Amino acid sequence: MPGLDKKKWPDANGHFGPFGGRYVAETLMTALVELESAYRKASRDKAFKSELARLSHDFAGRPTPLYFAERLSEKGKGARIFLKREDLAHTGSHKINNTLGQGLLAVRMGKKRIIAETGAGQHGVATATICAKLGLSCVVYMGEEDVRRQALNVFRMKLLGAEVVPVSSGSRTLKDAMNEALRDWVTNVRNTYYMIGTTAGPHPYPLMVREFQSVIGKEAIVQFKKACGSLPSAVVACIGGGSNAMGIFHAFVPHAEVKLIGVEAGGFGLASGKHGAPLCKGQVGVLHGTKSYLLQDADGQVSEAHSISAGLDYPGVGPEHAFLKSTGRAQYVAITDAQALEGFDLLTRHEGIIPALESSHAVAYGYALARKMGKDETVIINVSGRGDKDTSTILDERKGVAL
Amino acid sequence: MSRIDEVFEGLRSWGEKGLVVYLTAGDPTPEGSLAYLKAAADAGADILEVGVPFSDPTADGPTIQAASKRALDGGMTVSKVLSLVSEFRKTHQTPVVLFGYYNPLFRYGIPALCRDARKAGVDGFLVVDLPLEEWAEMAPQARAAGIDWIPLAAPTSAPDRIRRVAASGSGFLYLISVTGITGTRTALPPEVASWTRQVSRTIHLPLAVGFGISSPEMAKAAVAHADAAVVGSACVKIVEHYGSKAEGPRALHRFVASIKKALR
Repeated sequence: MPGLDKKKWPDANGHFGPFGGRYVAETLMTALVELESAYRKASRDKAFKSELARLSHDFAGRPTPLYFAERLSEKGKGARIFLKREDLAHTGSHKINNTLGQGLLAVRMGKKRIIAETGAGQHGVATATICAKLGLSCVVYMGEEDVRRQALNVFRMKLLGAEVVPVSSGSRTLKDAMNEALRDWVTNVRNTYYMIGTTAGPHPYPLMVREFQSVIGKEAIVQFKKACGSLPSAVVACIGGGSNAMGIFHAFVPHAEVKLIGVEAGGFGLASGKHGAPLCKGQVGVLHGTKSYLLQDADGQVSEAHSISAGLDYPGVGPEHAFLKSTGRAQYVAITDAQALEGFDLLTRHEGIIPALESSHAVAYGYALARKMGKDETVIINVSGRGDKDTSTILDERKGVAL
Repeated sequence: MSRIDEVFEGLRSWGEKGLVVYLTAGDPTPEGSLAYLKAAADAGADILEVGVPFSDPTADGPTIQAASKRALDGGMTVSKVLSLVSEFRKTHQTPVVLFGYYNPLFRYGIPALCRDARKAGVDGFLVVDLPLEEWAEMAPQARAAGIDWIPLAAPTSAPDRIRRVAASGSGFLYLISVTGITGTRTALPPEVASWTRQVSRTIHLPLAVGFGISSPEMAKAAVAHADAAVVGSACVKIVEHYGSKAEGPRALHRFVASIKKALR
């Protein structure tokens, strides 16, 4: 597969080949058209771009380091492993890149009320943070199950002044939080800005979130060239909706020699049916405004996903990943809950970096991949977030095991 | 002329306003659903909107969400919805519009669905999450199969956009009275009257006003400048209350008749 020209998609209606689009209620169409036009205008505006660059640097702490994981590489005895340290970004994950961009956009559009959905709470915290900074009111929808397992992030959002609304319908996770956020938006669309946290949802969100997150890959290319004088052999990132992966992949897409690998949530194993791996095991469908791969039954009803990590516990995935899969430019694999926990330990014990459970999926796969590669090869793993929020989940998993 | 066109022509010649009733297919059970549909038709509903249940109904409030869940828990599928319409067609001529979200329809396969729906006696499709920009996926095939494509307009739709959707749709234009999700309300916003008057002047399709209408008085007010009122959640609440009990369809009959009376 040659490198694709990344400028070409999405098309004017938000389609990435057969994927993407705007599958929403009529009530939301005008808002989406307005949002797209505001976004396109802002992205050409020098003042907007320089404000975003300034805040990315001074507020979010960019650029994040590209770090050579020396001990992990030695242990693997294969390719050299580099970590893109999004865990060091303000609020503890890459999510701030997107909320900063969308927050500034909301202000330009004159919207004072922000709503968001969150799974792991990382996007919720990043949204609440930006709202506090910009003086906007903030409502975050979060599945009850996720409120339970990500209590620390719920507390952080509340400290930041956000209202956290627990959602008790369906699987009580990210999918249901997004349903509820869409219901709020369709009701309050005139004064409300919906800050979607991933490269999914209706156009222009997959485009806009990709662009705000693409800073990750742009930095990584420059940093890697400086460190190694070349391009990496492979880039590995975890995928829930796909924002951190799209963020680091995007700049590498035209460079066909760089393998792009997205790691989905394997849950209890792909054969178990309990996982969050639509790209590995789903079929094409439409959910939350976009056409992409989807976990669903034969009658088109959406299946519940399962993952130990709340951020990957989602039955859908961003349409651009579906497109990259269909063109063969990126590969998609899965890592089980158990393997992710091993990845978590590996990075924690060998590098002194406690990764989020989401990122632990990328660590587990990236490490296994590096072991099979030659010493002259290199892998970048995107450490999308830090793991403080997951300590109670880890503790639960290890009940009875002395630490 | 489609069966839906005939209904509106008849209403006009009688000087009557129409009543569109929404019920979720398979609620309270796949079998129990038929009696409720028949009761609504017998009580004077001019058009039935039969909801295809979906796991993630993002445009619906708690009442229809719960109905979809009951239907899915009872094993409702798109095929069973079509069988239900076939059964209904054995005794009734009331036009049926399949109302739902795109994914279950897409999964069934659009060409197969249009063919099978036509055979079952479906008269129209109303797909909540397929706006004008994505119509090409389904509307031409539906129209080619002789099934009306019901367009939607919302309070946020610009006049020019409403003209465009009305010009490319057929049957009637479903006017969503408020920004929001489905559910019973106690009153419609005052601007609905002037808005419907404005819209009715610019389009050729009959106008049906829906979202929130739950009493004969509200229905009557809603059709001041429109051709029909849509009543959904208020009917679904009756199904929710009575479930499979024998008096359920009778209670729905009484309610639908009371609304239709206000529209005559």
